[in-house]
Amino acid sequence: MKDLKSQASKSTTPGKGGLTPEIQSRIGHQLRAMYDDVVRQGVPDRFAELIKKLDAPGAAPQVENGGGSNDNNGRD
Amino acid sequence: MPLTDSLRNDILAAVPSLRAFAISLSGNADRADDLVQETLLRALANIDSFQPGSNLPAWLFTILRNLFRSDYRKRRREVEDAEGNYAKTLKTQPSQNAHLEFEEFRTALEKLPQDQREALILVGASGFSYEDAASICGCAVGTIKSRVNRARSKLAALLYVDGAEDFGPDETIRAVIGGSGG
Repeated sequence: MKDLKSQASKSTTPGKGGLTPEIQSRIGHQLRAMYDDVVRQGVPDRFAELIKKLDAPGAAPQVENGGGSNDNNGRD
Repeated sequence: MPLTDSLRNDILAAVPSLRAFAISLSGNADRADDLVQETLLRALANIDSFQPGSNLPAWLFTILRNLFRSDYRKRRREVEDAEGNYAKTLKTQPSQNAHLEFEEFRTALEKLPQDQREALILVGASGFSYEDAASICGCAVGTIKSRVNRARSKLAALLYVDGAEDFGPDETIRAVIGGSGG
């Protein structure tokens, strides 16, 4: 990290708030890595089922109080 | 618009990034999934108000973000202990080194003010344009740009500036931002 900093401050023009393009790109990279880690988990069954349940016309309101929902009771 | 198959598929396709956004905002996977669930229910209940052809992910993110904001106000006092739960709840564990760096980054992200954090995530991770991010957050495009810039500066100060650990984030941030007050 120290290397990155000293290198960056020598080789590039700092932008706003002392940000170099290198640091910006590093932040961007880490941010996306963190985010994509969750994205890669895909759609949990819980949500796939929820959206599927709404297949039937007029079914939407029933899910909310979830007589049959398995994982919502007993939380909190 | 009515809930067509294709719309349902589009909503489903947005779920992974909705979760990522929710986790980034709340720092807690369980709470994030509750937020996503609530978002989907709201979206489906209000699907008539979705304009065909408009940006579905942006619409869903707006719902989630608003739910989070109102939820946040309610829960503010109870969730101080949520810190540090994020990494534990991840299903895929990065390698040890990557993990440390990752953890450091996440901790820094959580130190950002909420406005800045959400702006940075929307633009920098979710890939929304400044315009879409502004509409999701209900503010001007210029406001989003400045929030993103401030967020980046703070992260840089927290993560990459020498001695950041030595004299604490506040002073570092002030030094880096150049005393912009606030």
